Amino acid sequence: MNKKPLSLHVDVDKFIPATEQDKEYMVQMRPPSTFFKDGVKRLLKNKVATVSFFIIVIIALSSIFIPMFWPYSYETQLGVVPGKPVDSSYNNLKPFEYGETELARIEAGEKVFPHVFGTDSSGRDYFIRVVYGTRISLAVGFFASIIVLIVGMTIGSIAGYCGGKIDLIIMRIVDIIYSLPDTLMVILLSAVLGTVIDKAIQGTILEKIGTNIISLFIVFALLYWVSMSRLIRGQILSLREQEYVLASRAAGAKGKWIITKHLIPNCISVVIISTALQIPSAIFTESYLSFLGLGVNAPMPSLGSLASDALNGLASYPSRLVIPAIVISLIVLSLNLFGDGLRDAFDPKLNG
Amino acid sequence: MNSKTWLYILKRILLAILTVWVVITVTFFVMHAVPGGPFNSEKAISDAAKAALEAKYGLDKPVGEQYVTYLKDIVTEFDFGPSLKQKGRDVISIILDGLKTSAILGVCAAVLALIVGVILGAVAAIKHNKLIDKFIMVIMTAFVSMPSFIMGALMLIVFANKLRWFPANGSTTAGLILPIIALSLYPMAYITRLTRSSMLDVLGQDYIRTARAKGVAPRAVIFKHALKNSLIPVITYFGPMLAYIVTGSLVIEKIFAVPGIGRAFVNSITARDYPLIMGTTIVLATLIVVMNLISDIMYKVVDPRITLE
Repeated sequence: MNKKPLSLHVDVDKFIPATEQDKEYMVQMRPPSTFFKDGVKRLLKNKVATVSFFIIVIIALSSIFIPMFWPYSYETQLGVVPGKPVDSSYNNLKPFEYGETELARIEAGEKVFPHVFGTDSSGRDYFIRVVYGTRISLAVGFFASIIVLIVGMTIGSIAGYCGGKIDLIIMRIVDIIYSLPDTLMVILLSAVLGTVIDKAIQGTILEKIGTNIISLFIVFALLYWVSMSRLIRGQILSLREQEYVLASRAAGAKGKWIITKHLIPNCISVVIISTALQIPSAIFTESYLSFLGLGVNAPMPSLGSLASDALNGLASYPSRLVIPAIVISLIVLSLNLFGDGLRDAFDPKLNG
Repeated sequence: MNSKTWLYILKRILLAILTVWVVITVTFFVMHAVPGGPFNSEKAISDAAKAALEAKYGLDKPVGEQYVTYLKDIVTEFDFGPSLKQKGRDVISIILDGLKTSAILGVCAAVLALIVGVILGAVAAIKHNKLIDKFIMVIMTAFVSMPSFIMGALMLIVFANKLRWFPANGSTTAGLILPIIALSLYPMAYITRLTRSSMLDVLGQDYIRTARAKGVAPRAVIFKHALKNSLIPVITYFGPMLAYIVTGSLVIEKIFAVPGIGRAFVNSITARDYPLIMGTTIVLATLIVVMNLISDIMYKVVDPRITLE
């Protein structure tokens, strides 16, 4: 059709029904991807992060399941048998060595489960102590991070939503706590809290966990929430002012829609990432406190307390320090690398 | 510096003073929350002797009055009271005894971390994505993920026990070498990563390209234009670095038996010597707060474009 460029006539060509070929363009080739799926896909492409993730999973699973079938327990002193003098041949065994009674049983044709890492100075199987210590360290790191997340998220979102005077007061408190030297305060509080809460938890289930670990949790809840709450407050404040929130509001969206469809999905990745990055720092703090004698209560081991105990016989039994050292470094390194991978995959904005 | 900068500095100083006050107050009341008082652990002590001891240390007065006296003594004459377990010694004299050794240890570790960290970071950035860059980054990532006490203990095994290059006891000057290295590794790794990323950022700037296009020698571009500007973020790390070195020295001094404040602090915790715990906490915390203050102010003065909250 002869068409003049400035003609106001309707272009009839645009009203021809779509051909089969045209329709094919509209067919969805694959299901729509969600934010989460996109992130996982990006994460899997990152080899370092994937390997770290598998290392963490393997360590976590073995720390959970190995104690279930291992023939030794973390607190049994193998040389101590009721009614007999203490058999000191079980103390300080080298890897794959056996105690005297065990040797006798092997002579008799019995099979004895080997002490893979030897035993410690009280004759306890060292392998199971390391596994148990890993379990304790991981659990402390995980729960401490969850506590930080809960406290930080509550206070941060209150500050972000309410604004005004409440926000001002909360942020001044945050400023002061933030400038406190955290490790010193942690040491101070754990040194004292232990004696304070000792009476309060007697007879409850908490007693089993031990006063030191509980005071560690309390300290985390008191001191470490500040950066999390700052982060969440900042997120809420900046997200509220985003254009897409304004656009959504202009299109008639109500508060609930904006919160569930815009604020939470955009906030959640940052929150998860900083929680993940909190875990290694909690494990660090726990091992540090255990090293100073403020960690788990004996005979329960943690990686830090195992390393600390190993210092006494360092010259003769260096492997007792090296093993927990390797495990703790492996955990912290993998968690850090995985956290970095998470950040790259889920929040490209953060990757400055 | 304009009036805004001065206002910022004033605000930071006020916050620092407030923080130190909070530390003193928290420390005092936390220590007084301990049930039973400090003399309960001493065995076989008669009620009369206990009352006499409490009167001697002023523990029979109301807590509010004790607090005011404690605060006044600290502010006016740096007096933290007498130690409970080391008879006849004042807390401040114990702290001053350890201060010199700890200061040598800390300052040497900080300087070592800074020099080596900046050099390695710059090398890694210049050789970006080359083998040496990857090698440096792998080593440094390993250092960051190892707690200082494990690093210290491993070095003790390898260099003092097996190879016998250095003495294991930190009470001599030669014995300080290992603790200094052990203490400097974490901040060194951090500074390397910091310098590398900021140097990479600076090397991508237009003025570097301009300098190169003008024909400035490659060496001069790196030292005069790039390195100077990429050191700015390192300044912000001064405060956290000191905080790390102070807390790290607690365990390092314990491992290498260095007679410093850190060891006094750790021993005071095990001995439950409350005045000594309070004194060392307050002194170390003040040190950290002051260093943070200085590093923040320096950052602001060096780069006025930066707006800190």
